[in-house]
Amino acid sequence: MEKIKTIARPTLKTTACDAGCKECQTSCQSACKTSCTVANQKCENAKRR
Amino acid sequence: MIHKFKFKDIFLALDINSGAVHVVDDEVFRLLDGLENSSAKEALEKFSLVKSTAAKEVSQLIAQEMLFTDDSYITDKMKNNEDSVVKAMCLHVAHDCNMVCTYCFGEQGTFAGSKCLMSLEVGIKAIDYLIANSGSRRNLEIDFFGGEPLMNFEVVKKLVDYGREQEKLFSKNIRFTITTNGLLLDDEKTEYINQTMDNVILSIDGRPEVNDNMRKTVNGSPTYDVITKNYLNFVKKREGLYYVRGTFTRNNLDFAKDIEHLVNLGFSNVSVEPVVTDLKQPYALQETDRDKIFEEYDRLTDLYMEKMSKGEAFDFFHFNVDLEQGPCIVKRLSGCGAGTEYLAISPEGDIYPCHQFVGNKDFYIGNLFDTEIINKQRDKFLNASIYNKEDCRNCWAKFYCSGGCHANAINISGDINKPYKLGCELEKKRLECAIGIYAKTIE
Repeated sequence: MEKIKTIARPTLKTTACDAGCKECQTSCQSACKTSCTVANQKCENAKRR
Repeated sequence: MIHKFKFKDIFLALDINSGAVHVVDDEVFRLLDGLENSSAKEALEKFSLVKSTAAKEVSQLIAQEMLFTDDSYITDKMKNNEDSVVKAMCLHVAHDCNMVCTYCFGEQGTFAGSKCLMSLEVGIKAIDYLIANSGSRRNLEIDFFGGEPLMNFEVVKKLVDYGREQEKLFSKNIRFTITTNGLLLDDEKTEYINQTMDNVILSIDGRPEVNDNMRKTVNGSPTYDVITKNYLNFVKKREGLYYVRGTFTRNNLDFAKDIEHLVNLGFSNVSVEPVVTDLKQPYALQETDRDKIFEEYDRLTDLYMEKMSKGEAFDFFHFNVDLEQGPCIVKRLSGCGAGTEYLAISPEGDIYPCHQFVGNKDFYIGNLFDTEIINKQRDKFLNASIYNKEDCRNCWAKFYCSGGCHANAINISGDINKPYKLGCELEKKRLECAIGIYAKTIE
């Protein structure tokens, strides 16, 4: 493409499943304790990597 | 839904429901004007009338589900979290503190109760409860918190030993973390923590005058000199993850200088967060501070990129965004996990949805020593997904922030499903900076 460069692929849909594996870190156990960001958490599902 | 924004000299377009991120030229950027909440069909109809390369490329991305993607793949089951697993705990091992920080949400460590330390018996009961309620989850988390957890360090050590025994018996992997104010962080504790803790949070606000204005000892003495000495000693010996973590208030809206100060001291992992407190407090952030704070995040972005270009990169917690390998959609829907997968335990064994609710009787869940713990709060927290929050449902940042902090929502608006507005604005600003930095980095 000339006018658009994709820098992150559309991955969210591929992660969809009913319950998730829930192995990843709980947000507030990281560094915040007062403000929640989830997109900076790492996925722990080895099958996705 | 899409979100578009300018970052320095580049234009970005985010496809919210797919997670795709694009750098676009100014023509495409203008073409997307006013279409933020359009469906793919509506967008395609508009572009079918435009004969240009820009329209053609946008249409191609729509067809590939990389722009204007809908959220039909998100099922009701995903939206309604029914999982009863507990996998993370915040152990308040000390409701006592050797500091008196003006903005402390724990009321100087006591959380509206009396000063006390967690007994080994309560700590063991908490670990047993965590393991018993963790289902098939292997990775569990325990944070030693306070007050000041180093004031009860012998119990911390015994609980780590106990956790290590139990994880073997039940095939779990417990990650221990600790949050400290640093006053008691001597060589012995440094060595122990560096050997056992997966992550360590070291509290400090930044420049000496900023830190000492808010963070004093119980005798009113400044703390900066003692804690920086202890932290630098600690970090020098640490191989694992750590963050120096500060709070900024209305008194230091130039907080990028505090972050720069911490980085220049030699700390490479930094998190500085907006204070959350009663809006009547003189140091509380107000809506009118928003533009000033935005400018400060821009200054921080410049500092971050300048350091990176010089080979002196540092990690700012809120500028970390994993755009392709971050959490799954279910995690992003369910949010911080407070009151569901995450619980806080007081020194007496009382259970609360998270550390910010400890001592608030309205959010008392039960006690570890009750034979049957009836969690009347659970439904409230289980149902607090982003699709049940009107403000989140239509927000472009919903899958990045996941609905924000429940405690902030309740403290400010009185409603778990009504997020703290200024907090949302700041979160969105930080996300734009983070995504923009990533785009510039790979340019």
